[in-house]
Amino acid sequence: MTTTAHIGGRRPVETDADPILVIDDWKTWFSTDSGAVRAVDGVSLRLQAGRTLGLVGESGSGKTVLSRSILGLLPARNRLNPGGSIFFDEVSIGNLPKRKMRDYWGKDLAMVFQNPMTSLNPVVTIGRQLTEVLKLHLRMSRSAARERSVELLRSVGIPEPARRLHDYPHQLSGGMRQRVTIAIALAANPRLLLADEPTTALDVTVQAQILDLLDSQQEERRMTMILVTHDLGVVAGRTDQIAVMYGGKIVEIAPTRELFHNTRMPYTQALMLSVPSLTSPSHSRLFTIPGRPPVLTNPGPGCRFSPRCPYAQERCLVEEPPLVAAERPDHEYACWYPVGTSQGAEALERNFSNGVTASGTSMSSMSKLEA
Amino acid sequence: MAGTGKAHLQDQDVLLRVEDLVVEYGAGRGKKVHAVSGISFDIARGETVGFVGESGCGKSTTGRAVLQLPAPTSGSVIMNGVDLTTLPKQAMRQARTHMQMIFQDPLSALNPRRRVRDIVREPLSIWRRGERNSDERVAELLEQVGLDPAVVGGRRPHEFSGGQCQRIAIARALILEPSLLVCDEPVSALDVSVQAQILNLLEDLKQKHQLSMMFIAHDVAVVKSISDRVAVMYLGKLCEIAPADAITTRAAHPYTKTLLDAVPVADPDVVARRSQTALAEAPSPIAPPSGCRFRTRCPQAQARCAEEEPVFRKVADRHFVACHYPNVPVPDTSAATENGEGSG
Repeated sequence: MTTTAHIGGRRPVETDADPILVIDDWKTWFSTDSGAVRAVDGVSLRLQAGRTLGLVGESGSGKTVLSRSILGLLPARNRLNPGGSIFFDEVSIGNLPKRKMRDYWGKDLAMVFQNPMTSLNPVVTIGRQLTEVLKLHLRMSRSAARERSVELLRSVGIPEPARRLHDYPHQLSGGMRQRVTIAIALAANPRLLLADEPTTALDVTVQAQILDLLDSQQEERRMTMILVTHDLGVVAGRTDQIAVMYGGKIVEIAPTRELFHNTRMPYTQALMLSVPSLTSPSHSRLFTIPGRPPVLTNPGPGCRFSPRCPYAQERCLVEEPPLVAAERPDHEYACWYPVGTSQGAEALERNFSNGVTASGTSMSSMSKLEA
Repeated sequence: MAGTGKAHLQDQDVLLRVEDLVVEYGAGRGKKVHAVSGISFDIARGETVGFVGESGCGKSTTGRAVLQLPAPTSGSVIMNGVDLTTLPKQAMRQARTHMQMIFQDPLSALNPRRRVRDIVREPLSIWRRGERNSDERVAELLEQVGLDPAVVGGRRPHEFSGGQCQRIAIARALILEPSLLVCDEPVSALDVSVQAQILNLLEDLKQKHQLSMMFIAHDVAVVKSISDRVAVMYLGKLCEIAPADAITTRAAHPYTKTLLDAVPVADPDVVARRSQTALAEAPSPIAPPSGCRFRTRCPQAQARCAEEEPVFRKVADRHFVACHYPNVPVPDTSAATENGEGSG
């Protein structure tokens, strides 16, 4: 596999190209009986062409709503758009009606969803679902589309592709189905591919194959990709850049290695520590993040992570930290008492000696942070 | 692997002993799905044994067969010295109070129309146990799983997150003081941060209630983290069974290695080890391969693997592998137990 050389150390970016995707202070709110739910609440992002971005967060962090906002896939009902812009290739697509977005779907923007069984039509053959894209977007003839479909299925690693065209989705395994949805997403050569938890429904062995496949296709096609996941392990070796979301906001964004080596945001650190590791001995106590993700209807004035944060001080409860630049280039974080700084260390020490954080969270289960 | 044999069975302080467990389903037209094909294992008192493998390897079926849900096609399931497969229906119901199960999707495991306190109390009501102080028992259990009984007792499942629902399911499972808890993918539907909370909780409760656990999951890191021993399953057979730490440091079976290599590592500096084995798909359990069932995907497969099914051999203390060509040397002393003779 040609991609292996790059795993761990991603290929250097050849050009300092203009960003293909620019998101500026984007907000997606939903109106509910208990007030507006601020699912995405002021996200700014620039993504260079040909790069891979990992979008990481727990359920309810806003990562899926953000990715669907980029594609314009959210229902208009109950949706508020209080502001912000999304530019794709210098065209504002943030608030385009579905009718207009159709021109972008498939050709420019494509998406791979979590569950391949629900994203494929169960009563239509794989061949028809694939050729539909080619005929619609690339105006291919029937025979050309068929030929291209076979090629596409082969390129995503499906054995006997010509025979598979006549199969229905239920005749394939979960991993093979996800390969088909990837083939469909890639059919019209999109410039930006969004993969929303593409491997969460799959076995760990199949997950590795699908991630390898996305990796190699991205490289071959010089495609831009956003990989949305809750699992830092999935994005660690396969992205150039990672954005961590919490409570509808980006709380830390950095080049992948920088994020892992110079973590600043306590939430990012907590996510990393709570994953069980193959190298730690069995029955080791796992680090946990106390409490629950915030309710996004009436966020208080302070940092949204402060009720669960082991570093939380008085200031965190009253004043929301802005995204600020770290020492290294392209690294930004939103925290008053960042990890790995003297302020952070002092805040942590103070909380340990008090036994609780400024928001009243007990420090008793945080001993893993003391080292 | 796909091996048989009982060299790995222990004989001390065993709570559950399963021998030659076979589960088959009809697949129409006279075909049979060989979900579990003659596996043997045991769980000591207070021990957690993790079962790991890909979907369709039979790990959930094994867990259910232990609880006789449904009863296995053949084989014995001996719990506390009683063979559950021979018990009449009434006695089986009684026996089941000693074994409880936790499922993957906690929301669908809880009756949406009942209040939390009634859900947790139900096992007591069914068995008419401690009716006078059942309120206290329910409150005690809810507290043990980290929920405030005064706050949650009157609510219904849909008002809770997945992690909280799993806590409620755990409280319900423990209220009858079972000795065996079967956990079927209890954390795979949860976020990583919640997953860690539930795993820690299970560890605490296991100590407190002196539980034995059968922990079934597809995530090797999760299984390793909570288990004393780990059993690796492939296509209805056991490949390897080893102390949890040895499974990652001294994996003997090629399939175990495949599984370990596929685990994504949250460290950008770790160069992923691509294993070509993963590329093939698992064969159908309707027509499993001859000999070692893993041979069609195994990078080390030889002619012998197609002809002869490997049996469990000892590679180290409490570490057994069913493979003709394992990745770690097999000491000669194990030759005596090589023909599948039980040790007990």
